[in-house]
Amino acid sequence: MRRRGFGGRWVAGAAIWLAAATGAGRAQDHAEHDPADIAYGLDVYRAQCANCHAETGDGVAGVDLRGGQLRRAATDRDLIGVIRNGIPGTGMSAFDLDTADMAAIVAYLRNMTFEIDAVPLGDAARGRTIFEGRGACLDCHRVRDRGPRAGPDLTAIGAARPPSALRRSLLDPTGTMRPIDRPVELVTADGTRVTGRRLNEDTYTVQLIDEQARLRSFDKAGLRGFRVLTASPMPAYGDRLDAGELADLLAYLVSLKG
Amino acid sequence: MRTHETMRRIGLAALLVGTASGAVSAQVPFERLREAAQTPAHWLTYSGSYLSQRYSGLDEVTPANIGDLQLQWVYQTPVVGPWQSTPLVVDGVMYLTQRPNDVVALDARTGRVFWIYRYPTPPDHRACCGSNNRGVAILGDRVFMATLDAHVVALDAATGAERWNVELADKALAYSFTLAPLVVKDQVIVGSAGGDRGIRGFIAALDAATGEETWRFHTIPGPGEPGHETWEACPPNPETYCDPEAWRHGGAAAWLTGSYDPELNLMYWGLGNPGPDFNRAQRPGDNLYSDSVVALDADTGELRWHFQFTPNDPYDYDAVQIPVLADFERNGVTLKAMLWANRNGFYYVLDRTTGRFLTGRPFVAVNWAEGLDDSGRPVETPQPPGAPTYPGVQGGTNWYSPSFSPRTGLFYVPAWEDYASVFDGQPQEYEPGRSFVGGRPRTAAPVPDAPTVPGLTRGPINTWTDAAGSGAVVALDALTGALQWKFEMTDITSSGILTTASDLLFTGTRSGYFQALDARTGDLLWRTSLGGQITNGPMTYEVDGRQYVAVIAGHSLSTFALRD
Repeated sequence: MRRRGFGGRWVAGAAIWLAAATGAGRAQDHAEHDPADIAYGLDVYRAQCANCHAETGDGVAGVDLRGGQLRRAATDRDLIGVIRNGIPGTGMSAFDLDTADMAAIVAYLRNMTFEIDAVPLGDAARGRTIFEGRGACLDCHRVRDRGPRAGPDLTAIGAARPPSALRRSLLDPTGTMRPIDRPVELVTADGTRVTGRRLNEDTYTVQLIDEQARLRSFDKAGLRGFRVLTASPMPAYGDRLDAGELADLLAYLVSLKG
Repeated sequence: MRTHETMRRIGLAALLVGTASGAVSAQVPFERLREAAQTPAHWLTYSGSYLSQRYSGLDEVTPANIGDLQLQWVYQTPVVGPWQSTPLVVDGVMYLTQRPNDVVALDARTGRVFWIYRYPTPPDHRACCGSNNRGVAILGDRVFMATLDAHVVALDAATGAERWNVELADKALAYSFTLAPLVVKDQVIVGSAGGDRGIRGFIAALDAATGEETWRFHTIPGPGEPGHETWEACPPNPETYCDPEAWRHGGAAAWLTGSYDPELNLMYWGLGNPGPDFNRAQRPGDNLYSDSVVALDADTGELRWHFQFTPNDPYDYDAVQIPVLADFERNGVTLKAMLWANRNGFYYVLDRTTGRFLTGRPFVAVNWAEGLDDSGRPVETPQPPGAPTYPGVQGGTNWYSPSFSPRTGLFYVPAWEDYASVFDGQPQEYEPGRSFVGGRPRTAAPVPDAPTVPGLTRGPINTWTDAAGSGAVVALDALTGALQWKFEMTDITSSGILTTASDLLFTGTRSGYFQALDARTGDLLWRTSLGGQITNGPMTYEVDGRQYVAVIAGHSLSTFALRD
């Protein structure tokens, strides 16, 4: 399948896409937005916007979404505001999009002239097979009622994180692990060693979910040892899966909306 | 002894009940304000006294007995949002503001409310950054509040009835007031907010009796006035956008309360960023008096001296920190000093008689300047595009009050450490009343897309962690700026600091802890969790011979005293 934006140039096959993902290079015309977000944004656009604005972006008289420069939305924050709040007195109603869909639609609207190759998002069904099989994702993560709770629950990850962020997580888990999710190792006053994933922390206390999925809270002053690790226990999948498999896995993650 | 004290308290409590009406209609002449530091039972100005040290002479609560500190009462506001007010306490009556512009008078012993005044804040005010108000001022039998739509109101301290209400500026142009007014002699002095929305800042004095404006100091000098030349003319063919009228909407807001030296009859006001905040190229020159402290004649508002901390600032390093005044004996000579930990990351000592720079050094990591020259001017080292600048846009510290203890000689700063932003100044044309910041700096994130430290409000989960920046109470030798001790906190802080004559230091955290440190060593002595972020300064007062310590956390004002 080839996804296509409107009226523009051909760029970005799989090789360039992966190069961009690893920071080796970026296509010049869309430096601020990730191809995966733009590609997913096209799906969101078709579902939410095309009914009025048309696939060509000029379906509303006097409004032309092509070109990325929008009269009421000089910045991405402005654009999000217009989408979220609508424009009173016009036909533009308010749209309640989740975080990922909002990021993607903004990426797409800023890049409607950018043609999107097939690669960024693959086949979600195939991705699920990888997720539950060779990828061994269920060894740590949970989706709905399957899998442990050691890693972050992914049931709604496709609503919380845009495709670009999910892809970076697959390729560079340590470099993208959010600090709050870092593993902690501690030793209690009686010498018991506890490991888990950090849930919250302040000056005096730390909260975590331990390897038995118990919610634990500790006073730091009472510990014999306390360490926050910066390396993610998750493997990097760039070496384990080929580009097509990665795209499939990504498509599955994007589909997890809770 | 204990029983005797209790008996005495009961006796005084009975007396207070008997004279309650007298207490409520207390008279606060200027002389009481001038001597506020000598009467620590009361908290008579925003910063505790004209010297703004946030140091109290009360010493009933000590490092030895602080374990007996116990919650006495709680007042909850029904209004959601960061609550930045510091209460006043006068003769057992507490006056505080709550969002947007309510004034509440309550019994400082029980927390029971006497009256509430609700100002009809218009919904179309354009105050930047939330409906904040930081408190009232008092003189005679009146309390004064400055409002979000740029009015000042005088209320009867006994009833809350409005005595006068004057408009000082146009709210449509984003003029607003968020500070507690300063009263000096028979004048009420306020400074405007709106420095991120293209105002031209001012400080104005009103006759406390009538509300009539007596003088106004424009914080950006107009044509023909000294300092106007620091808003330089644009070159004939500028390479980038240059605004020939930059001074007209150049900010320099005065959004926090000034200090006052009665001997010199000088007021000192810290001034905010130039506008637009981040694009220095469109406003060439030093941009006086942005990011400066100005010394004004308290009677006339005439400028006596100024000192600029950050010339032509592209980082939003407002110099609105509270000017802290302290005297030091050196070689038989009294040095009248001004102590200042600036948002730009440097600590300064100035001679407050002349404005002369005496010393300065960083109190947090700084890379936008490599130091200060002999005049106190920064030697700038701008970072390349995309590189992090330390401190970040919220600064090494910000508006929350520091403290100075004359007993320890230490200056205590609520600081943000290991915190940086990537700045990207962008040209922006002025539009009346609209946001005017010229770019959108990005707080340096520890990993891509990770949450960074929240600007004003936070949720209950610390999703940003100390990887994005952390807080500290930094204790500096007041005369040299040398670090004496540091109390490190996992989360960044927006709490002010209070010190007392028993060498206690009280402060809060964004995660909701209210905590007491040993002011000499920084050792933690006591803490409790109040469950909401602390975004103001704790204060202390005495009723019936009993010391109370009050602090606002989240939507509650909690008041503590020793267990009876």
